Amino acid sequence: MKNKDEYIFECEGIYKAFGGTQALADVQLHVKKGEVIALLGENGAGKSTLMKAVIGLHQPDAGTMTFEGKPYSAKGPVDAMKAGISMIHQELNPEPYLTIAESIFLNREDTRGIILNKKKQNERAQKILDQFDFPYPATTVMGKLSLAQMQMVEIIKAVSCDARMIIMDEPTSSLDSEETEHLFATIRDLKSKGVAIIYISHRMDEIFEICDSVAVFRDGTYVGARSMDGVTRDELISMMVGRQVKNVFPKTDCEIGDVVFKVEGLTGKGFSDISFEVRAGEILGLTGLVGSGRSETMRAIFGLDKLDSGKMWLEGKEITIKNPKDAIRQGVCMVNEDRKNYGLCLFRSIRENISLPNLPARQKGLLINQSREKKECEEYSKLLTVKAGSIEHNAYSLSGGNQQKVVIAKWIMANPKVLILDEPTRGVDVGAKSEIHTLMCQFAAKGMAVIMISSELPEVMGMSDRILVYHEGKLNGEVSREEVLSGAATQEVILAKEFGGK
Amino acid sequence: MAQKKEGKILGLERETWRNFMGKYGVSVVMVIMIIGIAIYNPSFISGRNIMNVVTQISINGMMAFGMCLCITIGGIDLTVGAQLALVGVIMGQLITNMGLPVIVGILVGVSVATLFGFINGFFIAKFRMFPFVVTLSMQLVIRGVAQVISGGKAITFGEEVKNMYYGKLFGAIPYPIVALVVVFILMYIMFHWTKLGRYILAVGGNANAAVASGVSELKIRIICHTISGFLAGIAAVIMAAKTGSGQSNLGVGYETDAVAASVIGGTSFAGGIATMPGVLIGIFIVGFIYNGINMIGINANWQSIIRGLVIIGTVMLDMAINGKSRK
Repeated sequence: MKNKDEYIFECEGIYKAFGGTQALADVQLHVKKGEVIALLGENGAGKSTLMKAVIGLHQPDAGTMTFEGKPYSAKGPVDAMKAGISMIHQELNPEPYLTIAESIFLNREDTRGIILNKKKQNERAQKILDQFDFPYPATTVMGKLSLAQMQMVEIIKAVSCDARMIIMDEPTSSLDSEETEHLFATIRDLKSKGVAIIYISHRMDEIFEICDSVAVFRDGTYVGARSMDGVTRDELISMMVGRQVKNVFPKTDCEIGDVVFKVEGLTGKGFSDISFEVRAGEILGLTGLVGSGRSETMRAIFGLDKLDSGKMWLEGKEITIKNPKDAIRQGVCMVNEDRKNYGLCLFRSIRENISLPNLPARQKGLLINQSREKKECEEYSKLLTVKAGSIEHNAYSLSGGNQQKVVIAKWIMANPKVLILDEPTRGVDVGAKSEIHTLMCQFAAKGMAVIMISSELPEVMGMSDRILVYHEGKLNGEVSREEVLSGAATQEVILAKEFGGK
Repeated sequence: MAQKKEGKILGLERETWRNFMGKYGVSVVMVIMIIGIAIYNPSFISGRNIMNVVTQISINGMMAFGMCLCITIGGIDLTVGAQLALVGVIMGQLITNMGLPVIVGILVGVSVATLFGFINGFFIAKFRMFPFVVTLSMQLVIRGVAQVISGGKAITFGEEVKNMYYGKLFGAIPYPIVALVVVFILMYIMFHWTKLGRYILAVGGNANAAVASGVSELKIRIICHTISGFLAGIAAVIMAAKTGSGQSNLGVGYETDAVAASVIGGTSFAGGIATMPGVLIGIFIVGFIYNGINMIGINANWQSIIRGLVIIGTVMLDMAINGKSRK
C-alpha cells in the first residue's frame, strides 16, 4: 500500500477552530518528495488556514504532522524554515531599503564578531543568485526590483535556507505571462532537485500545466487528492462544490420594476468593461473569486476608488460620483465588506454611527435635531433588530452580527435608491444572517435596487433574482433565478464560470 | 470573532458604568484634588482665589479647546505657544508703534493666527504629512516671523490693552472669564450639537468609515487646525493684555499645558474620543496644579515634576476606571 518513505510531508486529522467557526476539520495532506501539488478549493475552503498551520502561524487544535519521517511542529515561520519548510506569501512585504543580499540573509547575517561581514555576505548571495541567473547584483536594493523579481528573491532565500518544501500562495496573481513562464521554469528546476512544492492557485490552466497532483478542499474539509494525469476540469469543479445549502433562504419574489441603476463600460483598477443594470425590487447577486474585481467595481461606483472610464445612470439620468458624499446624496449607498475599517467608528455610540451619513437631512437650523435623531436611530435600530441595551452603547461592545446590522441600519436610514451590500453576512452568526437576508427582501419589496456581493455560492443562488459572475476583472456570464430554481444552473455551472469557463 | 455577551445584565451594567465614568470620571479626580488642597490650605477655596485661578487658566483654556480638536482627529498642534508670541508682536507693532486702534490690532493678529492654523491643516490634510512634524516645523516659522517683526525687542502696551485682562464685566467678572465661558459654550454647541462636531469625532475615530459615510476628511482636518489657530489667537490677545507686552520669546512650552488639559480631560490620542466638558475640567485641573503648589507651599522648583506626575497619574486613573484599554 502506501509507502511511508515516499512522502516528504504528511499531516492527518488536523482540526482548527476560530471562535465558533470550524476552519479545518479532520484535514489531511500527503506530499511526495520532488512533486508539485496543487491545493484547490473555493474561497474559505481552508487552504490558507492549513498552510498557516504548517508554517506555525496557526497552532492546530488537533492532528499530527510528519516531515521527512519525523514528527513535525512549528511555533512560527522561523521554526518552520529551520526544519526545511518555507512559504512564499501572496502579498510580499520586502524592506525596500535592504539589498538583495541583506534580505536573503536577514536574521542569519555573516559576521566577524559583532561586526557584519558585508563582503562575505555579498559574495555568498551573488553565488546563489548566479545559480538562478538572476539579472541584478546582490547589492541592489529590493525597492528597485519588480514584484516578480522580489518573489524570485523570496524563492532564492527559501532555497538558500535549504528548504525541502516550499509553499507558494497564489504566486502568479501579480505576474504577467512571461514572468509566469520564468517562475514555472524555476519550479521545474527545484522539482528536479527534489524540492516539494505546494502550489495554491485559482488558475486551473496553471494547475494543469505545472502540477503533478492536486488536493481538493471544501468548507474546511479534505475532499480528496488526484493525480493530474487523467483528471478533468469538470471533475475538479464537482469535487470543490457540494457545499450543502444548510439554511433555507427567505427570498420572496417581489415585483420587479423599472431599471433604477445602469452602468456601462466601467473600467478601473482590477476590473474592466463592466456593464449591467439593476431594477427596482431586484436583488442582483455578484459573485466571483476574491480579487476577481467584484468589490473593486462596487467601491469605484460608490466613489471610494477612482473610476478610469465608464458611464452610470440613475433613474435614467446620467450621474457622476467622485466621492462617497456624491454617491450618498444621489441615493447610492454601500455596506462595505470591511466592517471594521469602512463600516463603523467602533468607539462611538450606535446612535452616532447610524446617523453619521444622515445628519445633513436632520438639521434644525445649524444644529442637529437631536430628538429626531434619537427617535429615528432607535426606530432603525429596532427595524434591523440590533441587540443592544441602549443605542448609546459603543459599537465596539456589539457582536459581529449586530455591528453589521448597525451598518445596514445607517444606510437604510439614508433611504437609498440603490443599496450595495458587499459580503453582508461575513463573520455573522447564523441567526443574524437569516435576519439580514429577510431584511434584504423587505428592502427590495419597497422598490430599492439591491446589489449583493457574496463569495458564498448558496447565498448568491438563494437570494438573487439574477447573478453576474466575475472572472479576472471581467463579467463572465449571467444566471437567472429561473435557471437556478429549475436546476439548470447548479453550483458547478457557476463555479466553472468563476474559474473562467463558459 | 470574539464572543461577546449580549443581553447579560452584567455586560450591560459594565457598558453603562463605562459610559458614566467616561463622562464624569475626571470630575471625580478634580473634586478629590480640590478637597485635598483645601484641607491643606482653606484659603484655596476662597472666592478670590478661585476667581484668580479661573482668570489665569483662560489663556491655556483657549488653546486647550483647539488642541482637543487636533488630538481628536489623531493629530496635534504644537504651534500654539509660538502663536502667542506672534499675535503679541503684531498687536504691539500695530497698536503701540503705529498707533492704530486696539480692535484693528486684535483683528489682524487673530486673523494671522487663524491663517497659520489653516496652513497647518492644509499641509497635514492635503499632503498627508504627520501633524507632529508639520506643527513642530511651523512653530519655528511662526516664532521666527515674530522675531523678524519685533526685531527681538519687547513692545509694551498701554492701559487700554491691559484692561482686557484686568478689567471686569459689570465690575464683577474679569473679561478673561467671560471669554472662557463664551468660547466654552460655543465649542460645546459646535462639538456636541452640530454635524461638524460629529464629523470631527468620526474622522478621528475611523477616517475611512467617515469618508465612506460621506464626510470630507480634508475639510474636517483643515477646519480643526484653523479653529485651533483662531483660538490660539484669542489666547494671545488675553496673554498680551496680561503681560502688557508683546515679545517673540513669549509662550514657550505653552503647548504642553494645552495638551495636558486635553488629555486629562479624556481626549484620546488614539483619536475619536473627547468631550468639551471633559477638556474644561482638564483645564481646571492643570490650573489647580499650578495654584495648588503655591497654596501648599511647595518649592517652585518642584512644580514641573509634580505637573508631569499628576498628568500621568490622572490619565492612568482615567484608563483604569474607564477600562479604556484598546487592542
